[in-house]
Amino acid sequence: MEITVKELQEWLADFATEVKAKKDYLSELDTPIGDGDHGNNMARGMEAYEESLAKQKPTTISDTFKILAMALISKVGGASGPLYGSAFMNITKATKDITVITHQAELGSLLETGLKGIQQRGKAEAGDKTMVDVWFPVVTALKEESLTSEKIEAAKESTKNLVAKKGRASYLGERAVGHIDPGAASSALLFTTLLKFC
Amino acid sequence: MKKIINDPSMIVDEMLHGIVKSYPEILHQVEESRVVVKNKRNKQVGLVSGGGSGHEPAHAGFVGDGMLSAAVLGDVFTSPTPDQIEIAIKEANQGAGVLLIVKNYTGDILNFEMAKDMAELENIPVEMVIVDDDVAVENSTYTAGKRGVAGTVLVHKILGDAARTGLSLMNLKALGEKIVAEIKTIGVALSAATVPEVGKPGFVLSEDEIEFGVGIHGEPGYRLEKMQTSKEMAQELVSKILTQYSQKPSEVGVLVNGMGATPLMEQFIFMNDVLTVLAQQSITVTFHKVGNYMTSIDMAGVSLTLFNVTDSSWLTALNSEVNTISW
Repeated sequence: MEITVKELQEWLADFATEVKAKKDYLSELDTPIGDGDHGNNMARGMEAYEESLAKQKPTTISDTFKILAMALISKVGGASGPLYGSAFMNITKATKDITVITHQAELGSLLETGLKGIQQRGKAEAGDKTMVDVWFPVVTALKEESLTSEKIEAAKESTKNLVAKKGRASYLGERAVGHIDPGAASSALLFTTLLKFC
Repeated sequence: MKKIINDPSMIVDEMLHGIVKSYPEILHQVEESRVVVKNKRNKQVGLVSGGGSGHEPAHAGFVGDGMLSAAVLGDVFTSPTPDQIEIAIKEANQGAGVLLIVKNYTGDILNFEMAKDMAELENIPVEMVIVDDDVAVENSTYTAGKRGVAGTVLVHKILGDAARTGLSLMNLKALGEKIVAEIKTIGVALSAATVPEVGKPGFVLSEDEIEFGVGIHGEPGYRLEKMQTSKEMAQELVSKILTQYSQKPSEVGVLVNGMGATPLMEQFIFMNDVLTVLAQQSITVTFHKVGNYMTSIDMAGVSLTLFNVTDSSWLTALNSEVNTISW
């Protein structure tokens, strides 16, 4: 594999397209256990990323991640904005001197810094029914050079039977069981669109 | 849905323009932002609050001398973003640092914390007081904790007064934590709010149903009941709140807050009943407030806040003169 700034921007363009296409699906997931706006919020964030990208034309991996982080932090709102923003801020720092990513394991280590950012900000552990439940197994699989779409899908589905311990869904107790976590679903889109570059 | 609006996606900005144009002698908008700031700048610790829109007059209505230095408006029921909060922090900072007063919701906490980190990188000392007065929710390690509701307004008032008298940032934070522990609130809903961009009520209560413990974004409450009298509701809310104090308070402040669609007539009837119940319990009421302070758009219902006044200086702070739109 070879991910340079070109492939990175292609990946994020694909992710933006997916988020916009699945906007209603993500908001529907958020309706029974949250406040029903995850799809709209994420779409607004990715549109802001596309605008900034066109305006600033970054030429490095790190600068591209920074534009993504700032767009999500300033446009998404809710809990998802700061969580994704913290992830990509950490990855911005971790990719400072990197021009090309050539191994899944290397990518895994970079995404792991993002996962740490999410956990520092939101204090969630694996099993709390959050986006961490997708990031964690994806990072693990990448480090073992074995990420597949089945693993991503399984990680997303695993949130269905969990009781939430963080966020708005945590007030629902058992009533949250049977619903996929919306943040886990948007993270699954992020990594599914990454697969073709791995 | 029948509302006096134009484009649903423009409601926050249009409301904001209406606020600052109506009260130019008290506050102004920071250009190109959703931040309102008081005009009068005195050398004191800055107080910043904010949150999703739809809770008016909170929080812009409490910006002014003796209360908040600045307020940040998010989208309806959505936390403001860190860049906007940072603008408010910078505006509020007069050299003595800034205290953030944040209602306990995951989104608000994360966005305000992030803004705090960003401002600290620019060497502005920032501290945070988290308000979690809603005792309808069990506080446990398995949830995001108790929510922040109408009691937040009392925190604005007391800390606003203390900041004006020159209390330091750390002492304000400590005072904030002390009073938050004594402020407890529960709401009762008769009908749900309709978010303009959604266009239909967030939940449905039938004509003869009420729900105890509903949150200010329509979060589920703790009990559904058949419609009852104001007296019965007062009895339920007072006794539920009193169970949350480890020792029965001898002296309390009372805030009856309308949720947006409940007439003042009903709020006063309810207050009358609350005062009767408290008198039966031999609890003295030393501070009263009735009206719409922390609403939920057009939800019908009220919330009751009791404040255990264990320090007489808190009462002085509650009663001092301020210059805001809505206190």
